[in-house]
Amino acid sequence: MALDTSGFVPKGNLNTDSSALGKTGQKETIKKVLRSLRKYRFLILFSLFLALVSVIFTLLVPIRIGDAIDRIALLNTEQGIWQKEAIAGFLIQAAVFALIVGISTYGMNLINNRITYHAVRDIRNRTLEKIGHLPLSYLDSHSQGDIVSRVIADADQFADGLLMGFTQAFTGIMTILGTLIFMLRMNPAITLVVVLVTPLSLFVAKFISSRTYAMFRDQSIERGKQTSLIDEMIGNEKVVKAFHKEADILEQFDEINERLQKTSLKAIFYSSLTNPCTRFVNAVCYALVAMTGAFFALSGAAGEGSRLFGGITVGTLTVFLAYANQYTKPFNEISSVISELQNAIACAARVFEVMEEEPESDDSGGRELSDVSGTVDIEKVDFSYVKDKKLIEDLNLHVDPGQRVAIVGPTGCGKTTIINLLMRFYDADSGSIRVEGKDIRDLKRHSLRSAYGMVLQETWLKAGTIRDNILMARPDATEEEMIAAAKASHAHSFIRRLPKGYDTVIGEDGGSLSQGQKQLLCITRVMLKIPPMLILDEATSSIDTRTEIRIQKAFSAMMEGRTSFIVAHRLSTIMNSDIILVMRDGHIIEQGSHSDLLAAGGFYAELYNSQFAGTSPA
Amino acid sequence: MKRLLKYLHNYRKESILAPLFKMLEAAFELFVPLVIAALIDRITDFSQTGDRSFILKCFALLLILGLVGLVSSCTAQYFAAKAATGFSKELRHDLFAHLLSLGYPEIDRLGTSTMITRMTADVNTAQNGVNMFLRLFLRSPFIVAGAVVMAFTIDAFSAGLFVGVVILLFLAVGLIMRSNIPLLKKVQTKLDGVLNLTRESLSGARVIRAFTLEEQTASHFREENGDLSRIQQKAGRISGLLNPLTYVMINLGIVFLIRLGGIRVSNGALTTGQVVALYNYMSQILLELIKFANLIVTINRALASANRIGDVFEIPSEDASGDPKRQQDLPRNTETPAEAAGTDRKDKTAHIEFRNVSLRYHENSDEVLTGISFRAEKGQTIGIIGGTGSGKTSLINLIPRFYDATGGQILIDGTDIRELDRTELKKRVGIVPQKAVLFSGTIAENLRWGNPGATMEELDEALRLSVAEDVVRAKGGPDAVIEQNGRNLSGGQRQRLTIARALVKKPEILILDDASSALDNMTDLKLRTNLRELSANPTVFIVSQRSSSVMGADLIIVLDDGEAVGMGTHEELLKTCEVYREIYETQFKKEA
Repeated sequence: MALDTSGFVPKGNLNTDSSALGKTGQKETIKKVLRSLRKYRFLILFSLFLALVSVIFTLLVPIRIGDAIDRIALLNTEQGIWQKEAIAGFLIQAAVFALIVGISTYGMNLINNRITYHAVRDIRNRTLEKIGHLPLSYLDSHSQGDIVSRVIADADQFADGLLMGFTQAFTGIMTILGTLIFMLRMNPAITLVVVLVTPLSLFVAKFISSRTYAMFRDQSIERGKQTSLIDEMIGNEKVVKAFHKEADILEQFDEINERLQKTSLKAIFYSSLTNPCTRFVNAVCYALVAMTGAFFALSGAAGEGSRLFGGITVGTLTVFLAYANQYTKPFNEISSVISELQNAIACAARVFEVMEEEPESDDSGGRELSDVSGTVDIEKVDFSYVKDKKLIEDLNLHVDPGQRVAIVGPTGCGKTTIINLLMRFYDADSGSIRVEGKDIRDLKRHSLRSAYGMVLQETWLKAGTIRDNILMARPDATEEEMIAAAKASHAHSFIRRLPKGYDTVIGEDGGSLSQGQKQLLCITRVMLKIPPMLILDEATSSIDTRTEIRIQKAFSAMMEGRTSFIVAHRLSTIMNSDIILVMRDGHIIEQGSHSDLLAAGGFYAELYNSQFAGTSPA
Repeated sequence: MKRLLKYLHNYRKESILAPLFKMLEAAFELFVPLVIAALIDRITDFSQTGDRSFILKCFALLLILGLVGLVSSCTAQYFAAKAATGFSKELRHDLFAHLLSLGYPEIDRLGTSTMITRMTADVNTAQNGVNMFLRLFLRSPFIVAGAVVMAFTIDAFSAGLFVGVVILLFLAVGLIMRSNIPLLKKVQTKLDGVLNLTRESLSGARVIRAFTLEEQTASHFREENGDLSRIQQKAGRISGLLNPLTYVMINLGIVFLIRLGGIRVSNGALTTGQVVALYNYMSQILLELIKFANLIVTINRALASANRIGDVFEIPSEDASGDPKRQQDLPRNTETPAEAAGTDRKDKTAHIEFRNVSLRYHENSDEVLTGISFRAEKGQTIGIIGGTGSGKTSLINLIPRFYDATGGQILIDGTDIRELDRTELKKRVGIVPQKAVLFSGTIAENLRWGNPGATMEELDEALRLSVAEDVVRAKGGPDAVIEQNGRNLSGGQRQRLTIARALVKKPEILILDDASSALDNMTDLKLRTNLRELSANPTVFIVSQRSSSVMGADLIIVLDDGEAVGMGTHEELLKTCEVYREIYETQFKKEA
């Protein structure tokens, strides 16, 4: 039992979704697990060999010591002679055996250590690489927290639990078998006592754990309720404070807290009975061995015993007592080892699920896109996220180099979906999209995506400095280029005011920056890269109109002669686009320039005029 | 840790009894080798052959020792569990209360995820630490010490060996732990890093792909992950030494002991049984030491958690920082509307004055507000407009004292707000925050947040004014359940309900912080018209980026980079303030 370093990790969820894991699934998983551990097979074999050595010599040490004690006990008999040489010989053997145990155990620990952490590292690397190649449809439809917990907690639990569980189970079984053989050779009758009594502790443990299971479930239910209250109230603490609801909420909290304590107390107390109870069973076993052993020793000394139930020496009795302890230990641990292994397999199944997910189609044979002038053709494209719910139908569009295309329409009409298709985050169900006359499915994804600069409504910033985040787009950009980009996006003035300017560290997801500031940073990123085409999906939704107009100017300058796609709900930002697509329910219902559309007096005109309703001072 | 110990005060009895019973159990365990020794001596004593009743007596004695051990151990487990869960209950209560008492600047600094981790994971770890501590911390040293003492009672000469072995063992265990604990901390930091990178690779999937950074992201991850693995292995190499080393030391000790014992027996100073007893004591020490080492890891982890929790307690609460009147008790919000309306202030409005107010969030950073002065008369509507980051929200956050101004003075009805009772002040202000947050519960419960005693009519009125009646209807009445964070409502629906919630409170000062951003123009207009008709006639602050939202205000403050660059009515500002005109024109560009 090595020091449990892994405990610092948030442990994998015990209530792992077992529905995904039928009996056959479990077998499948075990196969996969074995396959993934294949490269460590020699190390594992070596580790098992060392475990075996360590078990055998652990069992031999008490025997040699018992032999020595026997020689000492002989002193009490009439023919008592001080067998100095013999005792010294036994003891030296015992010492050497102990050393062998120590060395082989440490060797085993080192190997296991190596296998575990290497395996966990490899699994994480593989999973993360996989994430980079998973289709966005997978990422969009799976909870981020769940995937994270697979990469972190499950991977850990898998490697750790599997290996520890495996070696523990192995040494446990070896210890039981070894002890049995050694005991049988010494005295079958006493062995029988040990064999009959020990499994009792197993039953006791099982009995208790089956009863505490419900208590632990109750505890996690209460804990879940409390966590969700904490999450809700701390997450929105500013509102709570604005309404000075602190006391009421604390009252609510206390109610759950009280129940949580009661359920925890029950669960912790009843489950903590396992140890004393199994220890008691062991004590009974120990006492029985002492008693029967004493009888046999007595009868042996009196010369009454037969060969089979023959008398034993005092030394043998001490060996038996030591063995009684050793033999019971694996039994006490067995239930935890089994659950550890099961949990490890369940965790492995969850990790494998991600790793075996169908990746984006292979594009290694794809062509490179070069000299992009900005011609984009969308022809008869159909697309839906869910099979039976058509979203985009028969979409057609031709964009000439340098044109500005704006997409407007009510929420859910498919504006963002077009962006997803253009960037090939999703593939069209039918029809084709061509850039420079080349079907984008024949292109390398990297090549296609590099041709676009993209700013989304949902800002994404990584933990690090402002500089790191801007330079993401072009790590080799100079300081001057970076500042120029920040000035162009009007981010420079707020960055300058941050405590450490461009070196200010922002937390996950932008930390303390406002939504508008985050958007400015994302725009700066694109300003730094200047790709041949531009996609702006509600890129300025959190920025005030004045700054927005200025940024638009910068965008315009940048996009001079470059094709751009703009999704926006503020009509002011798209009025001077070359083509305005008005979408509704997946169809383009109107298409044309601002003045054309206004003149047509359709849906667009209606949208446009609604924003001026009631604007004169009341 | 020390400051958390007080949470055991109410469980003093349990915290003393648990280890005591554990020691009792240990004491009975220590007698076992003595019984075995007696047994062995009897059977090796040939003058008394055939004394089977003595063997039975010994057996019975062993059983009784086991049984008494069982009972005292179970008792100890109960007290330990009770003390530990009680400890964590009270700690959680105080910690939660403390977190709720923090001011906005502290909330910003701590961050939500940190606060939640402290409340959940850290408290649990601390609870586990207390439980284990009570159960084992006395037991293990007691058994080790007890075994040594027992050894002394058997044979002082051999016991000297025990002392030597125990000292060496403690040194070894101590050294291993000491070199390992800092490594474990490093492991934790690295693990956080790896976790964060994983999250980023998921949340940033689109951006990463758009910039074709997949390979870079993966290689950065590989690097961090490799570092983590290396440190983990390093820690494992040290901690993996613990078991084999102690095993070898103890067994070498046993070898010396038997050697020495043999000589002592041959001199007649010891019996064989006594040698066996000494042997058993030595084995007991080994078992306990290993438990003890694991306990230290648990305790260390608990201490780390306790320190993190302690750090949170160190942060002064809002009331403690600069408000002498109220120290401990949290504000309650239970009085009836009649009481809330107050007896001394009949008209329920207030005039507010800013005198040269400035604000900076960090000592070293630039001012976010500079020299703001204005006066809002009772019942007036004040519009605040300006660009992103111009300081609009910062300005209105000063009114309910979410933040304190770092320069200048804010007066309500002529009194500096720093002299007002914080809770009283908050009660007079109704705020609709930028982020439309609702809480799990029914619609009615949410609306009554600011005014628990509000009648159904009052709710209906507020819903009508905030143009939210159709929201309630769509959801199936005021008892319809809102999910956490209002997930089952759209942004616009949430926003209207948060406005209604503020109106139910019937505040003297009503603040709408960009509260109509998700509303369409028609609804927004209707809302603004309704706000003019409020019977209580509160002083209203409207923060917006849209000039249409503020153009009807009695006074419009135009903010730019934290400074008021214009102040006046719509017409005045159109003539005098270039920034305002620019904002207006970008939004209402007339078709030329």
